[in-house]
Amino acid sequence: MTQQISLKKLTLLALPLLVASPWMPQWMLFMVTIAMANGLVGLGLMLFLRAGLVSFGQALYFCVGAYTTGLISHFFKFNEVLILLLLSALASGVLAFALGFLLAKYRAIFFGLLSLAFSMILYGLLAKSEALGSTDGFNIPAVTLLGWLPPSDLVRVSILWVAFITVGICLIFINGLIRSPRGLLLTAIRDNEIRTEYMGGSARKTIHLIYVIAGVLAGLGGAIAAIAVGHIDPTMAFWTTSGEFIFITILGGIGSVLAPFLGALVFGVIHTLAFSNSPNTWQLLIGSTLIFVILLLPDGLWSLTSKFKRVK
Amino acid sequence: MDQLLVVLVDGINYAAWLFLSAVGLTLIYGVMKIVNVAHGSFYSLGAYVSATVVGLWFRYGFDPYLSYLALFIAALLAGFVVGPPIERFLLRYQYDKDEVVILLITYGLFLILEDVIKLIWGVDPYFVSEPYELLGNFEFASMTYPSYYILMVVLALLVGLTLMFVLKKTQFGRMLISVIHDREISSAMGINVGKIFILTFGAGCSLAALAGAFTAPTISVTPGLGVEVIVLSFAVVVTGGLGSMAGVALASIIMGLVRAFCIHFAPELELFVIFSVMALVLSFRPRGLFSLAESRKI
Amino acid sequence: MSNPTLLKVSGVNKTFGAVTAASDINVSVLKGECIGLIGTNGAGKTTFVNLVTGYLKPDTGVILYEGNDITSLPSREITRLGICRSFQIPQLYNTLTALENIEVSYGIVSLSAHKESLFTKTESMIPGYGKNIRQLAEESLERFGLTAYRDKLTRVLPGGVRKLLDIAMAMAVKPKILMLDEPTSGVSTEEKFDIMQMVMKAIRKDGTTVLFVEHDMEIVSQHAERVLAFYDGEIIADDVPEVALNDAKVLKYIVGDKHSSSVPTGKQHA
Repeated sequence: MTQQISLKKLTLLALPLLVASPWMPQWMLFMVTIAMANGLVGLGLMLFLRAGLVSFGQALYFCVGAYTTGLISHFFKFNEVLILLLLSALASGVLAFALGFLLAKYRAIFFGLLSLAFSMILYGLLAKSEALGSTDGFNIPAVTLLGWLPPSDLVRVSILWVAFITVGICLIFINGLIRSPRGLLLTAIRDNEIRTEYMGGSARKTIHLIYVIAGVLAGLGGAIAAIAVGHIDPTMAFWTTSGEFIFITILGGIGSVLAPFLGALVFGVIHTLAFSNSPNTWQLLIGSTLIFVILLLPDGLWSLTSKFKRVK
Repeated sequence: MDQLLVVLVDGINYAAWLFLSAVGLTLIYGVMKIVNVAHGSFYSLGAYVSATVVGLWFRYGFDPYLSYLALFIAALLAGFVVGPPIERFLLRYQYDKDEVVILLITYGLFLILEDVIKLIWGVDPYFVSEPYELLGNFEFASMTYPSYYILMVVLALLVGLTLMFVLKKTQFGRMLISVIHDREISSAMGINVGKIFILTFGAGCSLAALAGAFTAPTISVTPGLGVEVIVLSFAVVVTGGLGSMAGVALASIIMGLVRAFCIHFAPELELFVIFSVMALVLSFRPRGLFSLAESRKI
Repeated sequence: MSNPTLLKVSGVNKTFGAVTAASDINVSVLKGECIGLIGTNGAGKTTFVNLVTGYLKPDTGVILYEGNDITSLPSREITRLGICRSFQIPQLYNTLTALENIEVSYGIVSLSAHKESLFTKTESMIPGYGKNIRQLAEESLERFGLTAYRDKLTRVLPGGVRKLLDIAMAMAVKPKILMLDEPTSGVSTEEKFDIMQMVMKAIRKDGTTVLFVEHDMEIVSQHAERVLAFYDGEIIADDVPEVALNDAKVLKYIVGDKHSSSVPTGKQHA
């Protein structure tokens, strides 16, 4: 069962990072922000994994979130970050709600591949869309926080803070969800769906629900990533992006709501170090790490934290 | 009317390519119940190996018309040299795990192989268009098409018919069908499932390599070929029904024709089209066009 | 003073290709009855259970529960209305402990009782039950004698224990009708009677109507007030055990002529 976190523990973890942030170098601020964004998508994937499902198409909502933010700020010239995040979440949520009617009927490989199909459909549409810049995408102007436009040296810090607060709120919500009777249903569906139906639980309804939640989380992640990078393009919907999210979730494990963020941070570090030094062996590294983790550390990196605790 | 004929010719050619690219994936799934994401990298491998072989072939001035044989053998080598060790030394120990876990492992393999290919062949493109140009063109309904189209269709038919023959008329085929339906019972009846698995995996990877090898003369061979192939092959295989050869054939034809139709009348919809067909088919037939019957669970 | 008819199955047929699994099934079940379903393998007993509980849909016929037509309802609706079942092969949550298995069952109950709200916690009291999930689960384990296995993964539990757990889970929804599919199959001969005794005591306490599929005629005659005998998809006998178990067709097709004299008539403890 997933470890549950308390608000206290969360604050204890986040506070030092937040306090240190104004002194962190720009590249680190960027890396942690992207890790927060990726971690949000991973959080949604973690919910799926608990129900025995893998979505190979979370990039769909990541991209929808990013493009919602991009479109509104670039074309409508409206760049209040809180509204952008809200609208991105809404757009992703509505799409997930609609697609969920179809997807909640599928399991295992079919669920994964159908979700992949939808993300690739979006990629295809965006890549061919001249108005949206085709494969080049377009830039996102600076955002304001409650009307305040941060000076250039404080931009990354303020984005990080926004990311942190978003993540914090999501964590509290997801944590509560896992602790609720609905949360118990996730494992039940994974282990024995027939039994669960026989007990009166609707697997389809539950999966539809977490599909929407995961979509919203991915949308928020995409919006944050878009703002942090300042640029969006169709590769955000490509299946290899979904693959990275899956990698992060496997790396982190499902032992805690914090695990995806641990996975995302480690991924961020590897990416920063390895990709710039040797871009032609980047995939080799990721592929080997993935196989290594699956074979030798099937509960992900998070399982290592409990190993240390037991020493007490 | 002429336009429709153009669509027909293009569609059949693309259908042939889709079938060749996807059939290995469905073969492996049908027999071993695993989704082999590395399928895409075997396609790439086939393309690169054939680029090297064809390059050498024409450099040393061998009979140009025998280059197709060279392509064929190169692909088989690529598949049977690299594939079986992967099955024997890695995958074999994972069959008790969830099918998604095995899929993720093959995804890891895909990533590794993509970079290994880059390390061996570099990132610059290879051009080996001699086998393609050699055949010239043919005319049909006042339009000119490369005769290589015919080669691809013939190859697809050959592969399809051979597989059908093997499955229905040979003892090996009967054993395959038995394993497809129930691995445990087949094993209990004395079938050497391990041997079947390793041969099937090798065959599936070789088929992917074959598709890559014969496509190489028509494109510039660059890293990342496998990426789009694996996604398209998935779509074809799932639409046809995982594990069904007839399904893959039918799905290829449908998608080939629909895509050709869209390219001519609405070119923006290209990538969109294949996945839309898949989503559409799955919403009416959740397990694809053809699927194996399921036995009672409770 | 007769009990109301809880369940009424009329003219139900079900075929799978060339196999007739149910042929013109007509059964009325009164509240509080305890009915044994007997028959050889493939006779249609489990199919009957599957049809009533919504896992299968009949080709023709109507199933009424408390006067309402439940023929086309999905299993989860039928469970919510008050019919639940246990399984021939215990359907458990294999990565969870025995306690967690029952907690999940009460969790589902809690979810519907709280109108599917996302904001209830597992510690909340379940309306209509007066306790929270953990408390109810512990009680359930005790009632079925499973407290010793509380923290063990179901994967490692012996067959008889898995069977009991399966039944305990079905009881969580407080069903009005409980259908047990071979409650003692896979259990050793020494344990069979004790287990059946314990199950019946735990279930009948609340006046639950029970239908149980059983191959052991001694258990049937000990616990059933009425016997339904199936053969080839049809019901060939429907009567009290003394009569049904000695019916000519039942003896021929199910019990076996040779054993007719050894079938006990009346409740005795072996």
